[in-house]
Amino acid sequence: MKALRNFARTFFLTELLAGLQLTFRNLFRRKVTLHYPEEKAPQSPRFRGLHALRRYPNGEERCIACKLCEAVCPALAITIESDVGENGLRRTTRYDIDLFKCIYCGFCEEACPVDSIVETRIHEYHMEKPGENIMTKEKLLAIGDKYEAMIAADKSADAGYR
Amino acid sequence: MMELWTGLPAELQRTLIITLQIVAVLLPLILSVAYLTLAERKVIGWIQNRIGPNRVGPKGLLQPFADVLKLLLKEIVVPSQSSRFLFIVAPLLAIVPAFATWAVIPLAPGFVLADINAGVLYVLALTSMGVYGIILAGWASNSKYALLGAMRSAAQIVAYEIAMGFALVGVLMAGGSLNLGEIVRAQDGSLLHWFWLPLLPLFVIYFISGVAETNRAPFDVAEGESEIVAGFHVEYSGMAFAVFFLAEYANMILIAALSATFFLGGWLSPFQGIPGLDGSFLAAPSFFWFALKTSLFLFCFLWFRATFPRYRYDQIMRLGWKVFIPLTLAWLFVVGVMVWFRVAPWFD
Repeated sequence: MKALRNFARTFFLTELLAGLQLTFRNLFRRKVTLHYPEEKAPQSPRFRGLHALRRYPNGEERCIACKLCEAVCPALAITIESDVGENGLRRTTRYDIDLFKCIYCGFCEEACPVDSIVETRIHEYHMEKPGENIMTKEKLLAIGDKYEAMIAADKSADAGYR
Repeated sequence: MMELWTGLPAELQRTLIITLQIVAVLLPLILSVAYLTLAERKVIGWIQNRIGPNRVGPKGLLQPFADVLKLLLKEIVVPSQSSRFLFIVAPLLAIVPAFATWAVIPLAPGFVLADINAGVLYVLALTSMGVYGIILAGWASNSKYALLGAMRSAAQIVAYEIAMGFALVGVLMAGGSLNLGEIVRAQDGSLLHWFWLPLLPLFVIYFISGVAETNRAPFDVAEGESEIVAGFHVEYSGMAFAVFFLAEYANMILIAALSATFFLGGWLSPFQGIPGLDGSFLAAPSFFWFALKTSLFLFCFLWFRATFPRYRYDQIMRLGWKVFIPLTLAWLFVVGVMVWFRVAPWFD
């Protein structure tokens, strides 16, 4: 009896038809594709993208050259040199992040005692020439200045969970 | 203009008209091949909950032209160890039978390029020719993957050719003619008069064999991109590859058109014979119904590809030799009995 049922199942292609039915239903399901440049997936305020260095509202750099980020960086992507500035405060003279080494783990941001180095939500960037992968202090500060509003908003959105 | 035409010798007039007819069939055919590739990507995309190509032109409708242009601009690489002449000739050997078969397919009532009485034999002969292109391509490339793919595809095509031939014998017995137009006319009456009903097992076997014959999924071991890279056309690039591609899709359309002709009544309307609709424009036989039925089968090709995983090679052989051939032979006997007793409404 079982053999007979098996025989019928084989020759009436029941299992194949069941599979075809499944794929046919899928044909009319809602499509999940995102039309990327026009539509974008929602982002968390914790998104870890391109780095930035922040300033205080009075224009003073936040970074105090403590080098905690350099020490914590697992990919050794950060290079810092420091000196005493003209107002007697310790400041970095060089703050480079190699984007090719960086693994975007966010440890630098976690380690920073003054919320200076942050990772922004910017993720659509590219390099055209060799060497552009090194983010210098000037470039990082420029990004920080440009996106300060967004960075501050993200920080305050996340502040309750820290 | 008219004077110029009538001034031509009668022989030349005939040749010109036939040439124009051939162009009128082949150009839309090549265009359908192009759009079949788009349809395939779209349908498989939809089944996988994606949307498919939609960037070139409105809704992605110009995608096939972008693909063709890309292939045209690519270099044709001829492997240095290959047999150059056969390497170049193989794609042509693959595509010529795929196009030439269209000569005997009745596209609409009264329109067929060559109304010959041995149409079915011609179809069988030409569809078997296609395998030469594949074998030669695989052999001439002098590459182990290509050779493996070619051997697989040759064995597979030979195996399924037999089942296909036997399935067609059933159609011949039912239709009583080798002329494809006559076979369609023999199915005249209504949807239930079509041969799919009395020949249902043969119909299913014919279409499955057709899928295997064109080396389409789930019988695409000859291509087997995950095991032997791309099979017989692994060494081909640019336009030479495009010709193989064209041949594969032209063969798909051909098998779909043949299935529609043999089993679904070709150009006949499905609304024929329904009281009330008879005599209206819906019941009129036309090219539209033929195209609709062909598209139905083509959709099945794409649907199968999106649904089934690839058969193992020995399973393909088993299915062809040990299941399809005995089954068709058994049903041929049943058809013979039905024809002998003139079972209505098909064989009276």
